Formats: sequence, structure tokens, C-alpha cells
Amino acid sequence: MARAVTSKRKIINTAAAWTVGLLIFFPILWTILTSFKTEATAIADPPVFIGFEWTLANYATVLERSDYARFLWNSIIIAGGSTILGILVAVPAAWSMAFVPSKHTKDILLWMLSTKMLPAVGVLYPIYLIFIKLGLLDSRTGLVIVLMLMNLPIIVWMLYTYFREIPGEILEAARMDGASLKEEILYVLTPMAVPGIASTLLLNFILAWNEAFWTLNLTAAKAAPLTAFIASYSSPEGLFYAKLSAASTMAIVPILILGWFSQKQLVSGLTFGAVK
Amino acid sequence: MATQNSRSAARLMMAPAVILLLGWMLVPLVMTLLFSFKKYLPLRGGDLGWVGFDNYVRFVTSSAFWPSVSATLIIVGGVLAITVGLGVLLAILLNQPMWGQGIVRILVISPFFVMPTVSALVWKNMFMDPVNGLFAHLWKFFGAAPVEWLSQASLQSIILIVSWQWLPFATLILLTAIQSLDREQLEAAEMDGAAPLQRFGYITLPHLGRAITVVVLIQTIFLLGIFAEIFVTTQGSFGTRTLTYLIYQRVLESQNVGLGSAGGVYAIILANIIAIFLMRMVGKNLDK
Repeated sequence: MARAVTSKRKIINTAAAWTVGLLIFFPILWTILTSFKTEATAIADPPVFIGFEWTLANYATVLERSDYARFLWNSIIIAGGSTILGILVAVPAAWSMAFVPSKHTKDILLWMLSTKMLPAVGVLYPIYLIFIKLGLLDSRTGLVIVLMLMNLPIIVWMLYTYFREIPGEILEAARMDGASLKEEILYVLTPMAVPGIASTLLLNFILAWNEAFWTLNLTAAKAAPLTAFIASYSSPEGLFYAKLSAASTMAIVPILILGWFSQKQLVSGLTFGAVK
Repeated sequence: MATQNSRSAARLMMAPAVILLLGWMLVPLVMTLLFSFKKYLPLRGGDLGWVGFDNYVRFVTSSAFWPSVSATLIIVGGVLAITVGLGVLLAILLNQPMWGQGIVRILVISPFFVMPTVSALVWKNMFMDPVNGLFAHLWKFFGAAPVEWLSQASLQSIILIVSWQWLPFATLILLTAIQSLDREQLEAAEMDGAAPLQRFGYITLPHLGRAITVVVLIQTIFLLGIFAEIFVTTQGSFGTRTLTYLIYQRVLESQNVGLGSAGGVYAIILANIIAIFLMRMVGKNLDK
């Protein structure tokens, strides 16, 4: 009897959760479906869900616009570059905070976090001005630097959280065996830290890929990544639903898949370990 | 074994990150502060000298200021209410035994990974368009007149778009917190005859208190700065000009840097008030 009730509850739970899940996912699904329609089917009244003739024409059109590849490339360089650079700067810092903590470590960590709270719009013009002075406006280098600095606190925090879980005794043992600091980092710490570094890399790549304040305001034609490319569809091109959908799908699907792998890191990364 | 040697090495390893962030914080901040006390019009004469607190007074007394504050508060408040409210319900639902939990989790978390310009454009064109949007079809199906979402219900539309983007984050964090809830405690309460609503009110909700606070604080910081969602939909018209967007317009569109910088200082002060609370919570966690 009890088992019957439980399994009935499980069926209801499953139905409810799937309904809500599909409802939330629907805009993405609809975008992906629309990207395979012709423009006429895309605005058909009443709307067609699955029973239409699938076509890849929209993808071909979007790819043919030679600039799409450039936007994509800019996104990869900017998100990848800023993340890798950030990791390079953050690993030593997080390492020293986790393994050689001083009484200031906590203050430094909190202060780093506080720089993340600075509203971007509050410093928009100074950054804009500095970029003009240094010739960085509309350059990938400039955006790599800004996004790296913007995400650096998250990177340091995530790495710090991971490193702190590595038992210090192992390092002591290595030291006893006469390992130098360099050897300690290269042969003992790095292998143990790789999973943590990989998750940090993943989440920050996603955050940088989707960043849409600096990428919209500091680029024009040359260095604009996909965020700006899609924004240019605002109108009247946005009325071509099928092409808009194809472009959108290409911009989000790779990141969506990466995101599914990094959903756990999202919590520790964005709450700075405050929720476990 | 932490020798003097390793301590100074540690300091050296921290230096690049600290120096970079210090520069990233201080240089633009000092410049914004300086500009905010100046009449500074890059396209109409450039730096026209010091004006004291003029910009601060002008920014607050301009007719656009209070509407922008109220638009900001409505958007932030609306999104918080929706994401936290639905987030709690969804987290509880997802925590129940079911088939395909992993897939449902993936479906629910997905919107968070969609870039803001894409989600704003997809909602604007494919859902909210008064002629071809799905909502228009749905309304017509039920015999109602289609709504011009982004002009007639502009704030609600923005709230809907932004809530869709942030509901996954709230849900995921609340779910993480719920999973650390002691099941035995819930079962004991059930044995003692506590009704589901009582169990929720006296056990689950208090347990979620900290997670809810963290969600509210973190989302508030991000929501105060939403930009792309407004930039590609209404461009600040129809009452959707938030404080962030107003400052952006002053600085880049009307090129009044002094005035915009004063607005920026207000935004920084506002964000800092919220940040202090967040830092306290995070800081407590560090002591553990």
C-alpha cells in the first residue's frame, strides 16, 4: 500500500517537474526549431511546431555572411584569452592564500570580491577614455584585459576554494623529501588541482562569452564578439525569425553544452562558497 | 614549516593579482570621482573646469532621475520576487524522487547560459512581437486582442525576460541548499503529525534562509547593472530607463561625462550598500 502511494507520488512529481522544465526550456527549444524553418514557416499562423520541412538554408545564409566567422572568432579569443590569462594570474595568488595563509588573507579575499561589486556603468567613461588613449578601443586585447579583470575575483575565489581542500600534509611530505617550491607546484599540487582549475576555466569561459556590457560598449566593427553580432539583429533583421534563430542557435549551443557540464561549479563560483 | 622564505614567496605570488585588481579598481574610480566634480563635455569644449557638487545636484533633480530609480526598483524587486518565489517551489519539486531528474535539471538550468542579447532578442521578436510573436498567436487563439508587450507592458516584459534568465540560478542555489537539509528531521516532523505546510514553514524555509539571502544579494548586484536586455528591446523608452541605462545615456549618448560620472558615483554607493551585507555573509563562511 505504502509503495503504491509512493510510486503514484513519483509519477505526479515526474509529470510536474517535466512540465515545468520543458516550459522553462521552451524558448530555447523554439529558437532551435525555428532555425530549421523557412522564413515563411517561421511566421506561419497558426505556428508550426514539428511538422515542417526542415532546412539548413538559414545556417548557410548566416555562415555566408563572411562576418559571422569573425564574430565567432572574436568571442573565442576574448572569452578564451581572458579566462586563460585570469587563471595564470590567479593560480599563484590562490595557491599562496590556501597554503601559506596569513592573518590578512581573509581581508584580501573579501577586498577582491568587493571589486566585483563595482557597477560597470560607474566606471564606463574612464575605461572608455583609457582605451582611446592606449588605442585599445575596438580591440580584442582590450576586451581580454577588461574581462580578465572583471572575472579575476571569481577565478581567485574558486581556485582558493578548491586548493583549500587539498590536504596540506601532502605538501609537507613533499617538502620533507626535499622538493623545491617549483617541484612542489609542478609535480604535487598541479595534478591534484587540475579538476578544480578545469571547472574554474569552464565557468569563467561561459561568463566571459556571455558578458554583454563591456563587449557592447567597447567594440565597433573589428573586435565585436557574438553578443554584439546578435545585438545588431535588433531590427529590422530581427524580423527574419529563421535567420535570427540560426544565428542565435550557433551563438548559444556550444556554451549551453559547456554549461551543462559546469552547473555544479556555478553555485560555488557565483556564491563565493557561501552556499554548499 | 612555513618559513620566512615561503612567506615572502607567497606574497610575491599574490602580487600580480592584487596589483592588477588594485589598479582596475582605483584608477577608473578616481577618474570617475574627478569627472563628477567637473563640467566635462567631450564633444562641446571638453574639460570646462570644476563645478563643485553641481553635477550631483543636477543628476538628482533632473526629471529623468526619479522615474529611473523607480524603474530600477520595480525591475529588481519584480525579478527577485519571481525568481525567489518560483525558485523555492521549483527547488522543492526538483528535490522529490522522480524519473529523469538529471535531464529536468539540465532543462531548468539552461536559460542561465544563454547570452543576454540572444534571450532579449528571442523574447522580443519571437514571443512578444504583436503580429508574429507566439504570445500574439496564443492571445488570438483565446479570442483576445494581441498585446504590444514592450510598449504597453514594458516593465512587466523586461521583468519576464530577466526573470527567465535568473530563475535557473536561484533554483540551482536553493536546490543545493535543500539537498543539505536533514531528511530525518523532516521525517520525524511528519511522524509527529506536522502537516506539509507546517513542515515547510518551520523546517524547510528557515533552513533556506541563508541561501535565499545569498540569492537576493548576488542577484541584486547583477540586476542593478542589467544593460543588454534594455539595450536591444526598448532602448530605455516606455518607462524602462533604469539608473544604469540613464547613466549610460548621459555618458555615451549625450556625452555629458561630468553628469554621468556623478550618476556613476550614486550607482557605486548604492551597490556598495548591498555589497556590504553580502560580504558579511561570505566573510562568516571563511571563518569556518
